[in-house]
Amino acid sequence: MLQGWVIVLVSFAYLGVLFAIAAHGDRRAEAGRSIIANPYIYALSLAVYCTTWTFYGSVGRAASTGIGFLPVYLGPTLMAALWWYVMRKIIRITKAQRITSIADFVASRYGKSQLLGGLVTVIAVVGVVPYVALQLKAISNSLSILLDYPALVMPASAAEVPVVGDSALWVAILLAAFAVLFGTRHLDATERHEGLVAAIAFESLVKLVAFLAVGAFVTFGVYQGFGDLFRRAAEVPRLEALMTVPAGGGFGTWASVTLLSMLAILFLPRQFQVAVVENVDEDHLAKATWLFPLYLLLINVFVLPLALGGLLRFAGLGVDADFFVLALPMVERQEALALLAYLGGLSAGTGMVIVETIALSTMVCNDLVMPVLLRLRWAGLHQRPDLSGLLIVIRRLAIATIMLLAFVYFRVAGEAYALVAIGLISFAAVAQFAPAILGGLYWRAATRAGAAAGLTAGFAVWAYTLLLPSFARSGWLPQSFLTEGPLGLWLLRPQELFGLSGLDAIPHGVLWSMLANVGMYVGVSLAGRPSYQETTQAALFVDVFRHTQGLERTPRTVGSATAATLLPVVGRFLGPERAREAFQAYARRRGAASPEDLAADAGLVQFAEAQLAGAIGGASARVVVASVVQEEPPGLDEVMDILDEASQVRAYSKELEQKSRQLEAATAGLRAANERLQELDRLKDDFMSTVTHELRTPLTSIRAFSEILLDDPRTHLAERTRFLSIIVKETERLTRLINQMLDMAKIESGNAEWRAAVLDLGEVIEASVEATGQLFRERGVALSLELPGPAPRVRADRDRLMQVLINLLSNAVKFCEPGRGRVVVRLAAEGGGARVDVRDNGPGIRRADQEVIFEKFRQVGDADGGKPRGTGLGLPISRRIVEHFGGRLWVESEPGQGATFSFQLPVEPAPAAG
Amino acid sequence: MRRSDLTGPRLVAVFLLGSVLLNYPILAIFTRPERVAGIPLLHAYAFGAWLLLIGLMAWVVESRRG
Repeated sequence: MLQGWVIVLVSFAYLGVLFAIAAHGDRRAEAGRSIIANPYIYALSLAVYCTTWTFYGSVGRAASTGIGFLPVYLGPTLMAALWWYVMRKIIRITKAQRITSIADFVASRYGKSQLLGGLVTVIAVVGVVPYVALQLKAISNSLSILLDYPALVMPASAAEVPVVGDSALWVAILLAAFAVLFGTRHLDATERHEGLVAAIAFESLVKLVAFLAVGAFVTFGVYQGFGDLFRRAAEVPRLEALMTVPAGGGFGTWASVTLLSMLAILFLPRQFQVAVVENVDEDHLAKATWLFPLYLLLINVFVLPLALGGLLRFAGLGVDADFFVLALPMVERQEALALLAYLGGLSAGTGMVIVETIALSTMVCNDLVMPVLLRLRWAGLHQRPDLSGLLIVIRRLAIATIMLLAFVYFRVAGEAYALVAIGLISFAAVAQFAPAILGGLYWRAATRAGAAAGLTAGFAVWAYTLLLPSFARSGWLPQSFLTEGPLGLWLLRPQELFGLSGLDAIPHGVLWSMLANVGMYVGVSLAGRPSYQETTQAALFVDVFRHTQGLERTPRTVGSATAATLLPVVGRFLGPERAREAFQAYARRRGAASPEDLAADAGLVQFAEAQLAGAIGGASARVVVASVVQEEPPGLDEVMDILDEASQVRAYSKELEQKSRQLEAATAGLRAANERLQELDRLKDDFMSTVTHELRTPLTSIRAFSEILLDDPRTHLAERTRFLSIIVKETERLTRLINQMLDMAKIESGNAEWRAAVLDLGEVIEASVEATGQLFRERGVALSLELPGPAPRVRADRDRLMQVLINLLSNAVKFCEPGRGRVVVRLAAEGGGARVDVRDNGPGIRRADQEVIFEKFRQVGDADGGKPRGTGLGLPISRRIVEHFGGRLWVESEPGQGATFSFQLPVEPAPAAG
Repeated sequence: MRRSDLTGPRLVAVFLLGSVLLNYPILAIFTRPERVAGIPLLHAYAFGAWLLLIGLMAWVVESRRG
């Protein structure tokens, strides 16, 4: 039944079934009843990881290295345990930012950088091309082997076949057409393909069933179970070795391949596509965490038995171990099983090629071609009302180009390597994304420059140590490039760089490329400083679980535009109807009747950018939207948003410090006020005791003399008169004291009566001197007047002014030594006023006390520390009187030199001559 | 989606266990020409440890709502 036409017919029928499934999936998705919205389909779609490399290549690898095929599947198993943290975060970010590919992811993380998006795209395309070539080789070889049935002929080397006659070319064209039909039928804003995922899940089932069927047939049909098979293999010494030591580089290769496959399961473009972009529900990841490794385990159970079975069966027949899976059923004449095996290989290959090329074409279109077109021919694109057709054309061309490159690589280098070796080169390429992405998930300070430098360095070293040697091996570059180094530079031999020998090509290339990548990434990041845009995106990525409760994130793009401006822009890329629908749905969500009713706010811009991001990638979307949006500089709110907690804490602590300083100041003020109050309290007490003392002295004497008069009625008249006169004098003193206190209180409260008149100052002085003359004579103090010519006239209350002068004169006489005292009163015109000095030759007043004496109730002892005399009100009252009439009163004194009390009053202008 | 706080740390523990079990030097212990139930020791061990990891992951993930 294995005629050529049957095989071709079955092949096309199989592809037709895939189409039917995909169409069904798309229809169900449009109806809102998704068939892929469960964790089992999700886990099966992840198995797109298992390509023809797994289906054919694992057995080939096992045939040469025994258990060495296993790390490629152990790595993803280990990584699955970390998905909980890593993958969940990537999925959350991707949904929140509407990211469509791995290039978009890196570009968005580092401030929506078009440069990085392009760089990642180039690395992905160049890195994955060998992997696609691997599928071409496997499918075309398996087809040609099966077509030769019943003979078992290994396909001729590609070099011996003309290009047009090479079945790989036709396979490449067919696969390209298939991928174009599948992946780019229409443009979707989210880049999700439900039907495709359903078809991929189906393919995963087919290849698993096919492989298990062949494995079970060989193990239990040809041999009598595992025990029999292994026992018979153990009889051959070479096969015995395969069962023990992991040959082919030993544990170094083992560990490095494990690491590579851990990273590949995250960063291969097709894995990112199915695991992240096509993910329906974050929750599906949990079950896939163990379902996917289980799938890997199942598909590997029969690898070693098949390898050993093949080696036993085909010993010396020259059958390529990579195709034992197909050759074993053929040689056993199991036609149906051989056809199933071929279909399994076909499903593994098509699944990989379709998803990989679609993912790559999205990247090429969004992150490489569109940014360039938008820059170079913006005017040209601007005139086209609908760009969605152009986008689809670009993607189809991208798919065709990638397939062409794969075919070229297959012709140039594919023959020199086994399937697995080609695949590992691709793994090492996508592993270069690891530092930029994993670092970007957790390290805020990573910068765009750092990511670009790391990617570039890692990619360059990868190309030098792994890609170029693959060309050299196939004779495309001279062999001396490997053995002697470029231009004979021995240290630069690509597979023993800097003389590092003893490692296999893969661990060697991984070591150097990762060293360069991580070193540059960390070093350049630390040397620079992230920009505002980078910091914002870093916060959105690193703290994604804090920002996203649901999936709507708070708008961060600042700027605004109306729906009327945005709709045509989005429409150009998505198609006018699609854009209209999307805006309509958004308007309904926001409670508006139509898009035109929407407020022109940042949320709308955000929405438009997200729609565009789905079609042309985040970086390009930003450029397009920015062209119509009035971007505003970030407001205080946005800036505050991106401040991290530490700076908030710093602000709080600063505030606290300030508050505590204010408190300290307030406390100091209170303390000062308190001290002042205590001082005043003490002054009041002092005054009370002074006043009481002053009052008691006259009272005591009045009482004593009154009692004498009362007790002894026979006192002489003369005595009686003397006593009575003392009583009268003391009473006067009392009255004076009380009057002064009342006087002071009146002046202070502003109730005093003033009778202002123009006075002759000389006359007032003479009157005052006369009034105190008796006092001077009693104490034997000399008084002299110095009154020059016509005395100046001042405006004042005569009685008050006399009060001042009498007070000053009596003070002077009080402090002069009796008998030797000398007081001089001097009147002089000075400036615009009249000045009166009263100078004595008493003990003087200490400088420190010269202001104190003008305070109420403050008396100062003599310079020699004697007891104060007087009421303590005379000087304060005098000063207030002088000040009332616009003058001032002060004292000048040196201890021991006497004191001069002076006051000055403004002169009243002389009345007009008349 | 309610999550037990321990799910993440438990899965990391599974990862660490797997990294140790399926690598040098533990793996080197089993590179001997012996057979368990007819299956080469290294092969049996690798698949056994692999299955153990999958079982642990399934247990951790499926018991997270308990």
